[in-house]
Amino acid sequence: MISAVASRLAQTLLLIFGVSVLAFLFMDLAPGKYLAEMRLNPQISQRTLAALRTEYGLDRPLAVRYALWLLSVARGEFGFSFAYNSPVWPLLKTRALNTLILTVTAMLCSWLIAIPAGILAAVRVGRWQDRISAISTTFLLATPDVLVGLALLAFTLHTHWFPSGGMYALSSPETGQLAHVKDLLLHLVLPVTALTVGTLPVLVRHVRSAMLEVLTAPFIIATRGHGIPRARILLRHALPAAANPLISLLGVSIGTLLSGSLLIEVIMGWPGVGPMLLQAVLERDPYIVIAATMFSTLFLITGNLMTDILLYMADPRIRRD
Amino acid sequence: MIRNPKLWLSAVALVLIHLLVIGAVFFAPYDPTEQHRDLSMAPPVRIHFVDSRGQFYLRPFVCSWVAEAERTSPSGYVEDCSKPSPLRLLVRRETMRDGKTLKASWHLFGVDAPAQLSLLGTDDYGRDLFSRLLYGGQTSLGAGLLAAGLSLSLGLVLGCMAGYFGSWADDVIMRGAELFMALPWIYLLFAVRAFLPLHLGTRQAFLLLISVIGLTGWARPARLIRGVVLSARQRGYVLAARGFGASSASIVRRHILPEVSSVALTQAALLLPQYILAEVTFSFLGLGVGEPEPSWGNMLASLQTYSVLEGHWWMFASGLALVPIFLLFYAFADSLQGRFQLLDLSG
Repeated sequence: MISAVASRLAQTLLLIFGVSVLAFLFMDLAPGKYLAEMRLNPQISQRTLAALRTEYGLDRPLAVRYALWLLSVARGEFGFSFAYNSPVWPLLKTRALNTLILTVTAMLCSWLIAIPAGILAAVRVGRWQDRISAISTTFLLATPDVLVGLALLAFTLHTHWFPSGGMYALSSPETGQLAHVKDLLLHLVLPVTALTVGTLPVLVRHVRSAMLEVLTAPFIIATRGHGIPRARILLRHALPAAANPLISLLGVSIGTLLSGSLLIEVIMGWPGVGPMLLQAVLERDPYIVIAATMFSTLFLITGNLMTDILLYMADPRIRRD
Repeated sequence: MIRNPKLWLSAVALVLIHLLVIGAVFFAPYDPTEQHRDLSMAPPVRIHFVDSRGQFYLRPFVCSWVAEAERTSPSGYVEDCSKPSPLRLLVRRETMRDGKTLKASWHLFGVDAPAQLSLLGTDDYGRDLFSRLLYGGQTSLGAGLLAAGLSLSLGLVLGCMAGYFGSWADDVIMRGAELFMALPWIYLLFAVRAFLPLHLGTRQAFLLLISVIGLTGWARPARLIRGVVLSARQRGYVLAARGFGASSASIVRRHILPEVSSVALTQAALLLPQYILAEVTFSFLGLGVGEPEPSWGNMLASLQTYSVLEGHWWMFASGLALVPIFLLFYAFADSLQGRFQLLDLSG
């Protein structure tokens, strides 16, 4: 187990290294100088500019720039944002946390809905429950995230049931920890709903097919023959056996959630990595783009790594290899 | 055709939609950039058969929208039926573009000016949304098709190389694919887009977007195709062909590509909605095809303003158009998959 995890970790480091090199190669293709816009900004002195130029080697060749960037990563700065006039890490930190809050909540919600819904569809295969689930997942699958996000926003503008954007109310009448959390939860409802709707259909379909495969297996027929109660067969015997493909799916679902959350964050004004990345793209802020891309990669890879460990713990067939 | 109605129906419907979009010049009543500033954000026109006196007409007619000052109706427009304009088929109409009158052209249907036949309402510049929807389809569906073509051909070449030659070529290509697949796709697109010029002409932006989407999406098809090639390489007839001294190129062309084609076609049907959506997303965020040229993405962009989002439901048109199209693509892919599985079982 430990050696497997260690080799995965080594692979992960290599992958992240690869991503950063790739990002720098793309950055090198970009036309124009990054400091051109800063030079026009009266708030930034000539000396700061010169310091930045030597620190990040902005006029030097690619390899030097990459080495200097690695140094700034070692300092915990992850480069410098020209638009915010600050190192990248403090900017990214809060944004990344907000994105994590959003995506992790959405992931929990979608799995909590998908597992019972998928099991129901598998148990009642061919019946009306299964048909309804098939039709609704097909429609949800075909509905683009943009549309879901905008429709939810239009809905709340009509009903005023939920706040229409952001993460906290600008002026909350009551203060204190509890009110703060309540405010956050209220703001989470819409973006989490949008993300859940986006990931749900794929999950439900996979849970259904995984369960269906197990439910027709001989050992389940045997348990039925032994007279074990239905609920116990489902939860104690069938679900663990179907866990393997589902855990693998967990890793994949992180990727789709992350991509989906970028758009939903922009639409709903959630202060996550998404809006920052969009702004950085519009303002030509290369180090933020690189850092945000690396963050998303890291998040995805960490998810995959955890998936592998879970798989190892859940499936004795893998452990024995 | 009778044996698999789902496959054929979805294929025919998709072809019809694409024809409708390609023939936008004829099917759309207006030019997509023709502005009617006095009809900004007008709701979809109502088509009447019965006039105010209760008389029935076989030829439907429309009334013009008149902006009202008091705003008693939520949209700010009321119908003025004093001068109804009948709907005409096959009208010859001059289009206005940038204040200049262009050559007259034939349109499938229309009404006589000053009434405007905006079937899906108008946007903030008073441009006809239905016409923009058809012309925007050229951008969005076209981008999907070209990008899918690009990444499939790239995936085909690399996947065949990796699967057929194996050893180090396989290693290099598949590690590259893993690298591309490790990144969340939209983030990858953003990162690539970030380092390309921001302000571009419409045509350049369109081509750029296609290449970015197409080039970043090669990994998944390449992996799938590699798997198929790998298994095809071990088939008896391929080994026999090699034994008879056939060259690598001819083996790939004659024996392996036909095996791959079914997977490639199914992949195309699955990639297309994804890529159309990528174009829509990018143009929606202002990183793709820009105004005044319509795309299904930038047509949705005005919904980012809350005031538009609140009362102007017809602005959702281009987003809603995606749903049936995606359903058709999925139905097509689904029945293709079923068909090829059947073939596999029989052959």
